[in-house]
Amino acid sequence: MSTPQAHLETLPRSVQVFLFVGLIALLAFPFAQQDFYTQTVTRMMILAIFAMSLDLLQGITGLVSLGHAAYFGLAGYVVAYLSPQDAGANWLIALPLAMLASALAALVIGFFVVRTHGIYFIMVTMAFSQMMYFLFFDNKALGGSDGVYINVRPGGLGLDLENKWMLYYFTLACMLITYAFLRRLLWSPFGRTLNGIRLNEHRTRALGYASFSYKLTAFTLAGALAGLAGFLWAAQTGYVNPDLMGFHMSAHAIMMVILGGMGNVAGALIGAFGFEIFLDVFKDLPKIGNFDTAKHWQLWMGSLIVLVVIVAPQGLMGLLRNKKADHE
Amino acid sequence: MDLANFLIQLLNSVQYGLLLFLLAAGLTLIFGIMGVVNLAHGSFYMLGAYLAYALTGAWGNLFLAVIAGAVLSLLLGWLLEKILFKHFYHRDHLDQVLLTFGLIYIFEELRSMLWGDDVHNVAVPESLNWSITLTDTLSYPAYRLFMLGICLLLALGLWVLISRTKIGMKIRAGAFNSDMAQALGVNIVRLHALVFALGVALASLAGMLTAPLSSVYPYMGSQVLIMCFVVVVIGGIGSVRGALTAALLVGLVDTFGKVLLPQFASMLVYVLMALVLLYKPEGLFKQ
Repeated sequence: MSTPQAHLETLPRSVQVFLFVGLIALLAFPFAQQDFYTQTVTRMMILAIFAMSLDLLQGITGLVSLGHAAYFGLAGYVVAYLSPQDAGANWLIALPLAMLASALAALVIGFFVVRTHGIYFIMVTMAFSQMMYFLFFDNKALGGSDGVYINVRPGGLGLDLENKWMLYYFTLACMLITYAFLRRLLWSPFGRTLNGIRLNEHRTRALGYASFSYKLTAFTLAGALAGLAGFLWAAQTGYVNPDLMGFHMSAHAIMMVILGGMGNVAGALIGAFGFEIFLDVFKDLPKIGNFDTAKHWQLWMGSLIVLVVIVAPQGLMGLLRNKKADHE
Repeated sequence: MDLANFLIQLLNSVQYGLLLFLLAAGLTLIFGIMGVVNLAHGSFYMLGAYLAYALTGAWGNLFLAVIAGAVLSLLLGWLLEKILFKHFYHRDHLDQVLLTFGLIYIFEELRSMLWGDDVHNVAVPESLNWSITLTDTLSYPAYRLFMLGICLLLALGLWVLISRTKIGMKIRAGAFNSDMAQALGVNIVRLHALVFALGVALASLAGMLTAPLSSVYPYMGSQVLIMCFVVVVIGGIGSVRGALTAALLVGLVDTFGKVLLPQFASMLVYVLMALVLLYKPEGLFKQ
């Protein structure tokens, strides 16, 4: 159940091929499609970064955070505050500052929350993100319930995110870097230790690893990467509001990671695309007679989630593993 | 803040606290006995409110609607436990979070299909549609007092049930050590179904009682759900006494926070929770 094989940390050849084909498709996509779909795919890639950052906690370290959106949203707000009324923020300043703000928030909050375990961890992370949500929701000075507009998207040195194509390829690059970084981290001594903490924290401590610092580092790192996604989200939509930090956004991330399969980063990536594609398909269903099936997308989405938990608790990639296990 | 105003706020906070308690009591028991994280608990509150709307609309009597609604909710809870939840008692918390989050989607959509997406009002019953005059400008609505009374009665009833009856003894045993209780001959399967149905009915009752005060609207469950989690965590998972203390505490902090520090009021409750967990990582009354 909790061996590297179960989490598919070594990716099967089929998945590697699938990812490679996916990469080629993503590279070529803007040439073949209209603007609308390019934007949709940009959104999916941003959410994929967000999901992968959560996988570092949820799948690799075994910390289920129900408040990960706080760091995602916070970075978005930083971009909004850094953007002047009539010009774009310089991305070389805005991006590091946004990620730094998220990392700092994660460090401070993490200092309190990584002491707790199990249900308490889930609840406390949620409570802190709600705290941030209401801080921004209730204070007019911070944007209030309406949020803040970003009139001109970030730009500067060789990059103009007002340009849809440039935003697309910049997001793709960020996604690839995040993926490569987390895959590399997974197999580093640091990543192995995080894995050990997930499997048995007491034993890992007995081996001499200060689990608290490891967990806090992972929490901070995940916060920073969520900040990267938040920066891109703000750059794409040109608008931030408290909902970005909300409970639904956090749960959304958890579902993306689960759908794909946790603990190997690739699953989170696939899950994010899968989840968004399902959402788009459900919202675009045809009418059957008088019954507007698309209007009830929540019903289909809810049923899908319930079905996934019952049938494929280890996600889409888990299905693959079961098939493989049957063959052996 | 003068005395009359203070008293009004105090009554409001106790009433809000008791309402939270009705919701949190079921949640904490389901947590404590079955080990299930139930995010869909807020949906039962929402369902209750809409049941009150629909049944009052049909019969013109809130009291009848509440009684019928409570019976329906008990039934719904029992069914859900039998069909779905009982298969998730030994699953990972993550699976439970996911399952119940999926259920939120489903319940919201069913609500939308049955009753639409509009905000509805439920009339305060004729017999309670008056106010008690406190000063020249201040008065207190009778329905709020009635609700306070009912919540008190329900809380008292729950206390008697849990600490003074045989079923209550089994529930306590289940919360303390469910395997041991089973080994000693408690029919744990029936107990689980009972506790779950009770939790659903209490949440739904809370929704039905609130309906005339707050109107009935989509997604009304999610805000209250998060508050309930705070209450459960502050009180200590599985402890009904803790839930009562925490609910009253949260009621006080929230109500007076909104009056005294409106800009930070909604945050205060979470600050309270963080402080409690800092000193008591397992809540105030962890057994």
